[in-house]
Amino acid sequence: MTTTRTAMPYDEALERFEPVLGLETHVELGTASKMFCGCPTAFGAPPNTHVCPVCLALPGALPVANDKAIESTIRIGLALNCTIAEWCRMARKNYFYPDMPKNYQISQYDEPLCTDGYLDVEVDGKTVRIEIERVHLEEDTGKSTHVGGATGRIQGADYSIVDYNRAGIPLVEIVTKPVPGTDRLAPEVAKAYVTELRELMRALGVSDVRMEEGSLRCDVNVSLMPRGSSEWGTRTETKNVNSLRSVERAVRGEIERQAAILADGGRIVQETRHFHEDTGVTTSGRSKEEAQDYRYFPEPDLLPIAPSPEWVEELRAGLPELPSLRRRRLQDEWGVSDLDMAAMHNAGAIELVEATVGQGVPAADARKWWMGELARRANESGTPLAELPITPEQIARVVELVASGALNDKLARQVLEGVLAGEGTPDEVVEARGLRIVSDEGELSSIIDQVLAANADAVEKVRSGKIAAAGALVGGVMKASRGKADAARARELILEKLGVSG
Amino acid sequence: MSAITRDEVAHLARLSRLALADAELDHYAAQLDQIIVSVARVAEVATEDIPPSSHALPLTNVYRPDQARPSLSPEQALAAAPAVEDDRFRVPRILGEEA
Repeated sequence: MTTTRTAMPYDEALERFEPVLGLETHVELGTASKMFCGCPTAFGAPPNTHVCPVCLALPGALPVANDKAIESTIRIGLALNCTIAEWCRMARKNYFYPDMPKNYQISQYDEPLCTDGYLDVEVDGKTVRIEIERVHLEEDTGKSTHVGGATGRIQGADYSIVDYNRAGIPLVEIVTKPVPGTDRLAPEVAKAYVTELRELMRALGVSDVRMEEGSLRCDVNVSLMPRGSSEWGTRTETKNVNSLRSVERAVRGEIERQAAILADGGRIVQETRHFHEDTGVTTSGRSKEEAQDYRYFPEPDLLPIAPSPEWVEELRAGLPELPSLRRRRLQDEWGVSDLDMAAMHNAGAIELVEATVGQGVPAADARKWWMGELARRANESGTPLAELPITPEQIARVVELVASGALNDKLARQVLEGVLAGEGTPDEVVEARGLRIVSDEGELSSIIDQVLAANADAVEKVRSGKIAAAGALVGGVMKASRGKADAARARELILEKLGVSG
Repeated sequence: MSAITRDEVAHLARLSRLALADAELDHYAAQLDQIIVSVARVAEVATEDIPPSSHALPLTNVYRPDQARPSLSPEQALAAAPAVEDDRFRVPRILGEEA
């Protein structure tokens, strides 16, 4: 008797099979206007307010390419170590679907602007080189909403309604070559690649790369082959992967699903699968077994793109410091270990620490707060570190208060808590919560007297030379002052009062 | 024999959502026939040693500066749409029940 499993545990799947990855990433460029017309590109506008005769494909309208979009694509290509085409054309991709009013998408086919590059990513202290097949420029499509039917998906809908604001926004597609040999790190490699790509786009300033708004979208291709085999298996393509975490989950989930099918003697169907953010599983979408014929042909309405070598070299010379090099420089400046740097990178803390250090805070302090208390809180609430409602300036102020002796670490944590809870700036929280260290010697002295009176045993031990017992007395003072006493000063005063020297 | 029939022209007109009267169909059928025959002559000169060309003009790198310009109003944009809902173009069902 056989039982059909829908997923094989990850470890078992990896013992039997080797994954091969492929990643197709779409980046919406942050240009002011669309790719082929002057319509604005801002996200979230009311439907069909960013449309004109060109992007609505009204008769007689002609496209003209956006110079900034061409430039941005070349810069992306250069940053990814690609060769830039000396001459290439846009192409029409014809298909029957209403997300483009022209009934075709202007894209690139056999003449992409950039080819044959790579991006190095670091996973588990290992550098993995991801080869880039191509980087090409195209236009984004409109947004369809499917009405009727239970799921809001296209299947079973009664009809659809379309907003063309997004149609024609410049879109760069970055396609990797197949990535074999990542073995059990495949999910992490996929995530590290998209993370690195996102940082690269940000450093280049070509896109706001917000996955949740769809300005960075990733399709994940996965196939499995039995260990020892050299022939790659059939791949699936998972779409709707809308966060970095989902990239990792989608790869892992697909490995587990495919392994179960293959182990049962089944076969993988070449298809598009749809990732569900809530459950982390993928469901079957469009079959790709019959290759769709898009009847590509050179776009006659747009002239060929022929970037001069001089211009390309000028763009190359103007590239910013790339993220991986920047991280290495910062690591040297901050004097932290590879492991700590990787942890900061994974937590999305590098820019925050850098900005905090920029406020004059020692790197060790900046790292301590962002990677300690704040990372813990971000983790608890499931929000990215950068989205916590606290700024590097505010952290700098808290560090300053600690350095000046106005706060200790415990009080500082309460200040952070107050800032995160929306109680105002660090100074306002200190004021409102009364969090200053008790520095009034008279007040501290009277607290100590009470504590000494209540702890005769400990007092006797200290007097008889067991200085370590003073710790309990200091603890008592901290408790009585609700953490607001200066512990070091309290210890001094206690020993002084008991006539022993520390 | 003509390169395109009157029925085919009527079919094309329907696909293009153009309402053509009988007299117009006759008129365009004759014109289209002439166009197709003329274009077909190009095939006679296209030989192995002539690479296919996509553009008639020897121009490259024609771009526009990245500046936003006013768009149409939604009313203008949707004026010719056969169906509208919530300021969006309403289109018929894309996929059947299955799929």
